[in-house]
Amino acid sequence: MSAPAPAPVAATEMLLEVNNIEVVYNDVILVVRGLSLAVLKGEIIALLGANGAGKSTTLKAISGLLKTEEGEVTRGEIRFAGERINGIDPHLIVRRGIFQVMEGRRIIADMTCLENLRLGAFTRSDNQVKSDIDMVYGYFPRLKERTGLAGYLSGGEQQMLAIGRALMARPKLILMDEPSMGLSPLLVKEVFGIIQRINRELGVTILLVEQNARMALSVASYGYVMEQGKVVLDGTAAALADNEDVKEFYLGGHGAERKSFRGLKSYKRRKRWL
Amino acid sequence: MLLPLILNGLIVGALYGVVAMSFVLIYKASQVVNFAQGEFLLVGAWVCWWFLTDWQMPFWMGFLFTLAFMTCFGIILQVVVLRPLIGEPVISVIMATVGLSIFFQALMKWIFGVFAKPFPPIFSAQSVDILGLQVQPVYLLSLGISLFIMAGFGWFFTASKHGLAMRATAFDQQVAQSLGISVPKVFAMSWAISAVVSAVAGVVVGVVNGVSSALSFYGIKVFPAVILGGLDSVVGAVLGGLVIGVLENVAQYVDAEWLHWGNMYAIAPFYALVIILMIKPYGLFGTRNIERV
Repeated sequence: MSAPAPAPVAATEMLLEVNNIEVVYNDVILVVRGLSLAVLKGEIIALLGANGAGKSTTLKAISGLLKTEEGEVTRGEIRFAGERINGIDPHLIVRRGIFQVMEGRRIIADMTCLENLRLGAFTRSDNQVKSDIDMVYGYFPRLKERTGLAGYLSGGEQQMLAIGRALMARPKLILMDEPSMGLSPLLVKEVFGIIQRINRELGVTILLVEQNARMALSVASYGYVMEQGKVVLDGTAAALADNEDVKEFYLGGHGAERKSFRGLKSYKRRKRWL
Repeated sequence: MLLPLILNGLIVGALYGVVAMSFVLIYKASQVVNFAQGEFLLVGAWVCWWFLTDWQMPFWMGFLFTLAFMTCFGIILQVVVLRPLIGEPVISVIMATVGLSIFFQALMKWIFGVFAKPFPPIFSAQSVDILGLQVQPVYLLSLGISLFIMAGFGWFFTASKHGLAMRATAFDQQVAQSLGISVPKVFAMSWAISAVVSAVAGVVVGVVNGVSSALSFYGIKVFPAVILGGLDSVVGAVLGGLVIGVLENVAQYVDAEWLHWGNMYAIAPFYALVIILMIKPYGLFGTRNIERV
């Protein structure tokens, strides 16, 4: 009943804070409405949701790439390492330590692997680029053998190259958009294993957007579920994995005992939080 | 009889190649078809001539001053004229560069007069004997400089980080930005490099032939070269330049010996241009889906 209890001191510091943002494309299309999330330093945070929920848009709002697509954060603020970063040009946000690995890998097809990696280090001017290239080859040994154009790499190798290219920038935070897209289950496992190692060994914080919710929750410590531009559910990865609705919509846990879809009510299948 | 023709063609063709490369550089990086490329040569040559005669500078100094001037010239042109046009229809951008071309031609005539003026003698006129041919050292120097610039382009685009950034921007601007590259800076840099390189070619031609508005004709000769090589290929530009250089010399010889149509030297490259557009519109190394203008 005396002085208010002091706020509990966070064990890890806040790296990224998205506060009630609203994103509008072309001045009319409202894609993200009132989204908030927090990313603590050194963690892997999963951002889940169906197609069109606004996950990629959220990442682009953070990395500033929204600007290249006629999008704009019209409300709220994004703070990185304590500083407000919305409205800053994307190339300057990269210099602050946020690097986005875009959906579909987006490597530069008419350059070699090595040139792609060196481009990742574009913002750096120190002399450790060479040793970092070896570090990336340490994580992705098969990239070292590929001397041809990056466009001829397999999908998995391209994803590895895209992640390696991000590491070359020595970012504090990597925004990863659908790293499992178009990969075989075995490769997905491999890529996620490496994502986990990168997080643990290099201390890079990762915000992960993923369709493969089971995989994402297995590596993440905390997760957010988005729907129609809003966060509808959040919690620790374990709690989300146990959540009945998450199980039904994203993990496919239900239905194993179901023999047919007859009698299944449509509202049940189409259930939404909003 | 054919050997000196081909040698001459290669010397001039290497210069075409250099100008064509700087044209392709702008097109690749910023998707602008620069009709004022020839005026870069003209402005560069006149400015260098001005430093050497009115300011009495030694050649190396005047040359370096010219390069510095052209760097600023390219950047200012991009920032003031072309940057506001980003996102406008292709035809508007083309009209702007055509306008620039006319403007600088007139400006140079207004400042320096309409008559050709020779550069102060820089090299001894003693000709050198190569394979039984008497070649002036100026031509050898011209060939040397052209090759040096081509090698420099090769180094820039594969080894330097800004060259890689330029290629990345040409490939996909959004990806370039996600890597921390400033696209407006890349645009300005491409114009600066293009202006400098063209000016070097302009000075070389000026030293050989004297400076006059005829220099801007190189900007027109660039079109057959880049159409042959492919509008977005640096290697193609070099090859195209060499082929066009040899072609015009051989065409002139053929014309003088047998055809007697007259003026084939100036016209043959454009016959070639029309034929290339008919049979291989994307050139030897060009990307198939680029827009034609």
